[in-house]
Amino acid sequence: MSPWLEKQFHLIDFTLASLARRKTRNLGLLVVYTLLVFVLASLTLYSNALRSEAKHVLAGSPEVILQRMVAGRHDLIPPGYLDKIGRIRGVQKKEGRLWGYYYDPVLNANYTFMARPASEVADGMIMVGEALARERGLAKNNTISFRSYSGKLFTFEVAAVLSPDSELLSADLVLLSEDDFRRFFEYPDGHYTDIALSVANPQEVRNVAAKLTAALPDSRPILREEVQRTYQSVFDWREGILLTVLAGAILAFAILAWEKASGLSAEEKREIGILKAIGWETGDVIRMKVWEGLLISLTAFLGGFLAAYVHVFHFGAAVFAPVLKGWSVLYPKFALVPAVDGLQVATLFFFTVFPYTAAILVPIWRAAITDPDAVMR
Amino acid sequence: MLFQPAIIALLLAAGLAVLMLLLATPFALQVIRRWDMASGSELQLILERRTYLFSTLVSFVLVVQLGALLLFVFNADRLAAMFVGAMCAVGTLNVNEWGFPALIAQMLVFFLAAAWLAINHVDTQARDYPLVRIKYGLLIVLLPFLAASFWLQFRYFSGLKANVITSCCGSMFSTEAESIAGDLSALPPLPAIWLFYSAMAVTTLLALWHWRRRGAVSGGLLALLSAAGFVVAMTGVLSFVSLYIYEHPHHHCPFCILKPEYDYRGYALYLPLFAATAAGLGAGAIQPFARVASLRAIVPRVSARLAALTAAGFLLFTVVATGFVLASNLILIEH
Amino acid sequence: MIELLDIRKAFNQNRPNEYWALHGIDLAIEAGKVTAFRGPSGSGKTTLLTIVGCLSRPTSGRVRFKGEDISALPERFLTDIRRQSFGFVFQQFNLIKGLSALENVILPAFPTGRPRAELVARAGELFARLQLAHRAQARVEWLSGGEQQRVAIARALINDPEVIIADEPTANLDTALSMEFMAILEGFTAAGKTVLLTSHDPLVVESSAVHRVVGMRDGRLIGD
Ligand SMILES: Nc1ncnc2c1ncn2[C@@H]1O[C@H](COP(=O)(O)OP(=O)(O)O)[C@@H](O)[C@H]1O
Ligand SMILES: [Mg+2]
Repeated sequence: MSPWLEKQFHLIDFTLASLARRKTRNLGLLVVYTLLVFVLASLTLYSNALRSEAKHVLAGSPEVILQRMVAGRHDLIPPGYLDKIGRIRGVQKKEGRLWGYYYDPVLNANYTFMARPASEVADGMIMVGEALARERGLAKNNTISFRSYSGKLFTFEVAAVLSPDSELLSADLVLLSEDDFRRFFEYPDGHYTDIALSVANPQEVRNVAAKLTAALPDSRPILREEVQRTYQSVFDWREGILLTVLAGAILAFAILAWEKASGLSAEEKREIGILKAIGWETGDVIRMKVWEGLLISLTAFLGGFLAAYVHVFHFGAAVFAPVLKGWSVLYPKFALVPAVDGLQVATLFFFTVFPYTAAILVPIWRAAITDPDAVMR
Repeated sequence: MLFQPAIIALLLAAGLAVLMLLLATPFALQVIRRWDMASGSELQLILERRTYLFSTLVSFVLVVQLGALLLFVFNADRLAAMFVGAMCAVGTLNVNEWGFPALIAQMLVFFLAAAWLAINHVDTQARDYPLVRIKYGLLIVLLPFLAASFWLQFRYFSGLKANVITSCCGSMFSTEAESIAGDLSALPPLPAIWLFYSAMAVTTLLALWHWRRRGAVSGGLLALLSAAGFVVAMTGVLSFVSLYIYEHPHHHCPFCILKPEYDYRGYALYLPLFAATAAGLGAGAIQPFARVASLRAIVPRVSARLAALTAAGFLLFTVVATGFVLASNLILIEH
Repeated sequence: MIELLDIRKAFNQNRPNEYWALHGIDLAIEAGKVTAFRGPSGSGKTTLLTIVGCLSRPTSGRVRFKGEDISALPERFLTDIRRQSFGFVFQQFNLIKGLSALENVILPAFPTGRPRAELVARAGELFARLQLAHRAQARVEWLSGGEQQRVAIARALINDPEVIIADEPTANLDTALSMEFMAILEGFTAAGKTVLLTSHDPLVVESSAVHRVVGMRDGRLIGD
């Protein structure tokens, strides 16, 4: 092994021994550091999980959704509208969709009702989202009644509970057959909520949208990539805001690290003096101290990150969920799909290790320039 | 501005690096003015001890710059989803006119910091610290570059508006594009491969030669060839290596290879390339001082070691690139 | 081996409390001999040893070590010379608490990057020679004063230096232990090492192990 490498091992050996000797002194800082990483990591892991959840859902949704606008507001698609679109190059499939919101006074929550072709959901049957099933205590083959907006009571049998792997957007979903949907909401025949178009080539999505607006001036196309972009920026923005709020915490932590690194005990100062007197160079002491900082950083980072992982993916981010989510009453529970993203880990590393290291550099140097003859006095 | 964690981290890193060097400047000036090796005064001792702080700070800046460079590209790649037309980092960098300058400035700062550290290293090996004044002068010269890099990044990020329509690698590196990038990509594969392998061979051989012979001329030449080798290496990546990685005859892009879809293979290419170039530039940066009496033995020794690193880096880069080409299913050249 | 030319040393230079601890010392120290500095407290003995031992630099004057002028060397190189050529035994022993005797002894060799196994073997030899082998793994704060000093001596020898510097080595020892130390000292001379020590203990300065006694007062030498 090269002497350089041996030397680094010696320095690490010494650092580990001296950290072990001063457990209580270092423990406080380590706990605060780990806690900081934990909070930041929970935050990034959670918003990343939401983001990938949303992406997952969007991946299954059509490339373009066409809405009809009347007086600037979203209106029903009248009969025959679908045929007016005609053939557009690149569009593989177009179909009318039926969906709406239903307010359930029992849970005080809004559900999304969506019609499915009879081949998927038979008349009198429904499929429900996992969160909804949980809250209303539903299982397969149970029946449930909803009072429609016109006051009539409808009873459905649960055909299936939707799989939880994309719970965020399907949590409050109720799928029912087209006929049931029209009867339940008294939806006029031939009308649709909107039109879904699938476009195979992502390069052509914009052309398709342009052609649609030209052919149907009273329509508004919504592109999946745009929704994706909006989601991404909303999540990024929330995460950014929270990080900025937490920047105060990071700064406070950096100051704490500076303080800790500057306030060497008399014992530690004496030790550094001894090391220098017996032949350690200033650079060796700096390197040893940098190793110490790195070991503390890595321990805190790993510890905090793992704790955050467990917190987010096994306990549903119990601490932060209300801040970051919040649209439905039906919060999805404990079911975020573990997703770790390299960029996020790198960013997190930067946010924690970088300020810490920057804060301890000058104190380390100050400690390292102790006079080597100090121990002789 | 896009309010995005990675962007905040990058600006924080660049800003802090500038601030640290800025705060250190008065001390650097004092070192330049008051340095007197022959003196046994306490001031001299204080100045001498301060030099440790500067080398630690610049090493830190170097490491941070390298990390920031990776994060910058990584982040640009990820942000591509925010911009219409962007498929990878190229599209994000093209959102406004500051993107590529910011990237280049960051690379420049990295290489300059590496060169400074090489000079610093030889100086601290000599018993009379002969380059102290030059070194701290150069440190002050480094500051504007750092500041410029920070400023460019700030302009770039603050100019990032979501929903801007940008152009991506498809058009920028398309062989029809009327730009340097386009011209480089447009090199037909066979000449490009020839150019690539001969440049890598020449640079590696020169590095090996310098490693054995340690002459000042070959050292200076090594710096030039490393810089040129870096450019040719990037051209090679653009014109054919990337095609083999993507297994697509028209996808020239130096950034998509960093994506997970391509197993992050770009990092395996770029890390040795950057290390080799930095070492080669470092070897050149110390040659002007080869004739300083106390450095006469040190400069050749250090530059030989740097040359070994350069040779190893370029060799590794070439081997890795060749590996990717051979493992690919794309056929660009008929046998 | 070591030549001092008009060495002066000031503390707190250019400040109101400026103090000159050494006023022009000229001295040549022979290799392979034991030289003792004797003088009252505050006479500058320790200061002189720090300059000879490359722990500090003189404010003015020249220090030559094996013919090379080292008075203007930066700390970095002084440290190299100190690590290779000087071993120190301090008055307060200055061992690092919480570490074992063995760990303390191999510390000065860490910056050299020698493999650990080699260091442990070398420390083992030293422990055997100093009758400390059974205490190698004990923490230094559990050792007796005499044992602590022998650990300090082993530490001074780990890098195999040519010169041993001991500042008031017997100040914290009783007579028996002081005698023991002087015996060890003779071993050094036999091994060809140069020894510099300070003391006002008659037991030391009048011992036959000491070849030369240099008197000091107020930062100046007084006749041998
Ligand atoms: N770091 C220092 N700062 C100020 N004065 C010092 C310092 N070190 C030593 N002195 C002074 O220098 C004088 C000589 O000290 P020293 O060499 O320790 O004497 P000795 O070892 O002979 O007792 C003393 O008066 C002491 O107060
Ligand atoms: Mg004394």
